[in-house]
Amino acid sequence: MREQMLSDTIAAISTAVGESGIAVIRVSGPEAIASVEKVFRSKTKLTEADSHTVHYGFIIDPEKGEKLEEVLVSLFRAPRSFTTEDVVEISTHGGIISVKRVMDLLLEQRDIRLAEPGEFTKRAFLNGRIDLSQAEAVIDLIRSKSDRAFSVALKQVEGALSRKIGELRHTLVETLAHIEVNIDYPEHDVESMTTEFIKQKCSLVMQGIDSLLKTASQGKILREGITTAIVGRPNVGKSSLLNALARENKAIVTDIPGTTRDVIEEFVTINNIPLKLLDTAGIRETIDVVEKIGVERSKAAVDEADLILLVLNNAEELHEDEILLLKQLSGRPVIVILNKIDLPQQLDRSEVNRYFPEEAIVELSAKTEEGLDHLEGAISQLFFGGELESGDLTYVSNVRHIALLKRAKQSLQDAYEAADAGIPIDIMQIDVRLAWEQLGEVVGDSAPDALIDQIFSQFCLGK
Amino acid sequence: MGYYGGDFDVIVVGAGHAGCESALAAARMGSKTLMITINLDMVAFMPCNPSIGGPAKGHVVREIDALGGEMGRNIDKTFIQMRMLNTGKGPAVHALRAQADKFSYQHTMKETLESQPNLTLRQGMVEDLIVEDDKCVGVITMAGTEYRAKAVVLTTGTYLRGKIIMGELMYESGPNNQQPSVQLSHNLKKLGFELVRFKTGTPPRVNKNTVDFSQMEIQPGDENPKFFSYETKSSDNEQLPCWLTYTSAETHDIINANLQRAPMFSGVIEGTGPRYCPSIEDKIVRFSDKPKHQVFLEPEGKSTSEYYVQGLSTSMPEDVQVQIVRSVPGLQNAEIMRNGYAIEYDAIVPTQLWPTLETKRIAGLFTAGQINGTSGYEEAAAQGIMAGINAVRKIQGKEPVILDRSQGYIGVLIDDLVTKGTNEPYRLLTSRAEYRLLLRHDNADLRLTPIGHEIGLISEERYQVFLDKKQKVENEIIRLKETKVRPSEINELLTSIGSAPIQDGSNLLTILRRPEVGYAHIDSFSPSEAGLDDEMKEQVEIQIKYAGYIEKQLLHVERLQKMERKKLPDNINYEVIQGLAIEARQKLAKIRPISIGQASRISGVTPADISILLVYLEHYNRVTAAGGPSIG
Repeated sequence: MREQMLSDTIAAISTAVGESGIAVIRVSGPEAIASVEKVFRSKTKLTEADSHTVHYGFIIDPEKGEKLEEVLVSLFRAPRSFTTEDVVEISTHGGIISVKRVMDLLLEQRDIRLAEPGEFTKRAFLNGRIDLSQAEAVIDLIRSKSDRAFSVALKQVEGALSRKIGELRHTLVETLAHIEVNIDYPEHDVESMTTEFIKQKCSLVMQGIDSLLKTASQGKILREGITTAIVGRPNVGKSSLLNALARENKAIVTDIPGTTRDVIEEFVTINNIPLKLLDTAGIRETIDVVEKIGVERSKAAVDEADLILLVLNNAEELHEDEILLLKQLSGRPVIVILNKIDLPQQLDRSEVNRYFPEEAIVELSAKTEEGLDHLEGAISQLFFGGELESGDLTYVSNVRHIALLKRAKQSLQDAYEAADAGIPIDIMQIDVRLAWEQLGEVVGDSAPDALIDQIFSQFCLGK
Repeated sequence: MGYYGGDFDVIVVGAGHAGCESALAAARMGSKTLMITINLDMVAFMPCNPSIGGPAKGHVVREIDALGGEMGRNIDKTFIQMRMLNTGKGPAVHALRAQADKFSYQHTMKETLESQPNLTLRQGMVEDLIVEDDKCVGVITMAGTEYRAKAVVLTTGTYLRGKIIMGELMYESGPNNQQPSVQLSHNLKKLGFELVRFKTGTPPRVNKNTVDFSQMEIQPGDENPKFFSYETKSSDNEQLPCWLTYTSAETHDIINANLQRAPMFSGVIEGTGPRYCPSIEDKIVRFSDKPKHQVFLEPEGKSTSEYYVQGLSTSMPEDVQVQIVRSVPGLQNAEIMRNGYAIEYDAIVPTQLWPTLETKRIAGLFTAGQINGTSGYEEAAAQGIMAGINAVRKIQGKEPVILDRSQGYIGVLIDDLVTKGTNEPYRLLTSRAEYRLLLRHDNADLRLTPIGHEIGLISEERYQVFLDKKQKVENEIIRLKETKVRPSEINELLTSIGSAPIQDGSNLLTILRRPEVGYAHIDSFSPSEAGLDDEMKEQVEIQIKYAGYIEKQLLHVERLQKMERKKLPDNINYEVIQGLAIEARQKLAKIRPISIGQASRISGVTPADISILLVYLEHYNRVTAAGGPSIG
C-alpha cells in the first residue's frame, strides 16, 4: 500500500532544470540534515552547524568515495525554514547532469524520498508557515502539478518499459500468490514454496531491474528531455528538419531490443538543452493526421509536448489547415519555422504575425542547414526565459522511476539475503511484496487486491 | 396494534456467532440486553463446517478472546480435535484450528448466554425496526411485540430472504431448513439501505458407519494441543481424527455429464458466491486440468455419526449428489444423511457503515456478521463483539472503539468492509494484512487485552495475569541483553548446534538472533530464574529473533497511525472542496471516511486528493478554531 507520509524526509529540485548558473535541490524533514551529511564532505559537520549557515564542500558517493560535485549547502533548522522542518538546500552547478547526479545519489539514501508535486508548499501550509488566505492557491498548485506530473508519468511508462515492468511484476505476484497459498491454505495439495525457488525468482527479477537501470543510465529509456513535437502539413520538410537537427547535434537513436516500433525516440542536445523529439513513428503518424487536429492521437501529442516546432513551407502560400493550426497553437510554447528559404518566398508572413510574435519565428533551410543556428538560439531563448519549465516534470518523473527501480531491487536483495539467513518464508515475503509494490508504483498500478485475485485464479481452493 | 414487550439498552437480533458475541459483550459491559432469535435451538449453530480457526481466522479468535469475547473459551471447552497449522513457517502465520463438537459447542454457548446477568433470551422473528428521527429505538416481531432499546444490533446471517437451491429444487429457507426472515429484508430496503444478493454453499453429510476409512489417510490432532483462549491452561478433551481422500476421474465425469443441471451454470443462482469457497462443480469447470481434488471427512461431533465432507460443497440435484459422493474412494457405499445445497441471501452493502459498524443512515442501528457481506464464523464473531462494544459505548456516551489495521485482523476486516466494500462474501486471509508480522497468534493479548480491560470485558484478575506475563517477558529480554558471554563459555554450545563460534565477547540476545539458535539452547545454557512458562519463552524468542523486521513494520505503523489520527469532520461537504478530482469527490461523499487514513485507502482517491484534503482540513481546523466560515 502506498502511504501518504506526513513527516518523512523529502527532496526535490527546486529550480527549473536547465543550463542556468545554479540549480538548487531542497531537502526537508527530520532526517534532512543527517542524510545530507552522509554524502557531503566539508570542513564543518552539518549536524553540528548552526541554522542559517552556508557550507562549501563536495558531494561524495559514499560507496565509491569519489567526489561527484562541488556544492554549497545551506542549512535551515526547524522551525526557522520554509516548511518549518529541518531544511537543507544544495546548490550545484547548473545543468541537468550535475543536478541529476546529486539527486540520484540523495534518493539512494533510505531515509529520503522524492517529494510529491507541490509537497513543500503543502508542508509549509500544514505547518502554519503560509497564511490561511493562501489555502486555495495551495490546493490549485497541488492539483495542477499533480495532474501534469501524472500525465507525463503515464506517457513515459507506456510501451516497452511498462511491458517489461509488467513482466517482472507478474513473476513476483505469481511467487507471492504461491507463498500466500501455502500460508493461508496449509492443508491444500499445493506444492510447497521453497526458499531456493524464491531466491531464483528474486534473482531473475533483480536481473530484469538491472537491465532496466542500465538502459536508463545510458539514457535509452528513461531519458530526460523536453518533449518536442514537430508538426506541420505533409511535405513541409519536417523529416529533413529532424534529420538536420539530429545530424548536427549527434542524436542518439534508441531502440529497445525486442520491440518493433514502440519507443524509438530521438534525442538531441542543443546548447546543452536536452530535447526529446517524439518517437519517429509517432511523428510520422502525427504528420499524416495533423490536418485533422481533432483526431485524438495528434492532438494528444501536441497537448503533451513541452515545445512545439511548427513547420511551414516558406515557398508556398499558407494553407487553411495551417491557419487553423496557428490559431490553435497560439499561447503555447511554439517556434514557427519557415522552412525552404532556399526557394523563392510565397508565404505571407504578416498572417503568421497575427498569431505569433516575430521572435517566435525562425527562417531556415533544413536542406542547406542555413539558419539552423537561429532555431537553436530560439530554443535556448525560450528555455532560459523560463517558458519551458514544464520540461522538468519529465525529468522528475525519470528520477522517481529510477529511485523506485533501485528500491525494488534493494527489497529483493533483502529478501534474498533473508533467505540465506534462514528467515521463514512468510517474513521473506515482506520484502518480495514491497518490491512488487514499488514496481507497481513505477507504472502507476498499486491495486492491493491484485494479489488476492492472483491467489484465486492461480490455485483451486475452497472447502 | 403493538403489544409492548419491554425496554432494553441493547437488542441483538440473531443468535449466531455474531449475535452471541454482541449480546455477551453488551451485557457484560453493563447494558440491559435482549437477544431475540427465530429459533433458540439454533444458538451458535454451525451450518457449514464443524471447525473453527485456521490462518487469519484462528488469529481472529485469539483477538476476540484477548478482548474478552467468548468464542475462544467456547471452542476450548468443546473441541474434538486441535491442530497448530503452519508450524514449519514463521511465528506470524502459526495458526490454531479446531474441530468442534457442533452440538456441545451450541449447548455450551447457550448455557453461557443463559447464565449471563443482564441478558434476556427470547425466541421470536423480528420483522421491522422502530425508527424515530432517523434513530433506531426498537424492533417489532411477527407476533406484534414491540421491544424498545437505545441501540439495535442486527446479526441476521444468511436468513434474510434466504433461499436454498439444489439442482432444480428451490425454496425459501434459512440455513439447514430454518425459517427465513423475509419481511425484515423488505423493511431494510424501505428504510433506504442498499442490499446485495450473495450466495454460499455447503457439502453433504454422510453416515460414518457407511464410510470405509481404510481407503483414506488419517489426520490426527496434535498430541499436546494449544488453546484459543489465554484462560485455558489444559484440557482433557478426547480427540477424533479427520480423514483425507480425493475425488476420482469418475467424480469429474459425473459432474461434467450433469453440468446442465447445476444451478451455478443453468443460471438460476443470482447471488455472487465466494471464490475461495467454490462448489465441486465450480472447481472442476474452472480448473479442468486438475485430475483430482482433496476431500476431507470431518466428524460433526462425538454423539453423532454425521461426517462433514469438506471439498464436496455442491448445489447439484440430490440424485447427482449421491453419485458424486459414491465416486470418491472410501465413500463407495456412503449414505448421505443431509444434502449439500447453495443458499442465497441478502446482505447490506457494508460501505453504508461507520467503522463502529453503526449504519450511517440510521443512528443506533448496528449490523454484524454475514449481513455485512462476510463469510465465516470467526469473521462474524469479530464483528459481533465490536458492534456490541460500540453499541454500549454509544449509549454510555463514550468514545467508540475502532481497531486499526495494525492492531488486529479485526481492524483489517472491518476497515476493508466499510472502506472498500466487497463484491463477494468476504473471507479473511493473512495476506489481507499489511502488518502480518505484528498481528501474530501469540501476541493478541499484548495487542488487545489492555483495550478489553479498559472497556470492562477483561476482569481485573485476568488483567493482572497479563501484566505479569508482559513484565516477565520484558525482564527476560533485558536479562539476555545484559548477560555477557565469552567465547570460551559459549563456543562449545554454538559448535554443537552448527553455529559459527564467536571471536569476541557477546551477549545472549545477540546470540539468540542467529537463525540456528533457539531460546531452548539459551535456556539450557543460562536458565532464567523468573519461572517463564512456554508462552513467555515463545514471546521472548519471537521479539528478539524478528526484531529487525518488527521494527521496520512498526515504523510504517507509526505513519499509518498519524494518518488515522487526522480526523475528518462528519459534516464535510466534499462537493465544494476545490481541486478534488471528480472520482475522489464522489467516493469520499459516499464513504464519508472518519480520518485521512481511511480516506487514503478508498480506491480512486489519489495521493494528490489526500494532499488537498490535508490542506482543506488544516484550513477547516484553523478557521473553526477562529470561529470563521470555511472555504470551498
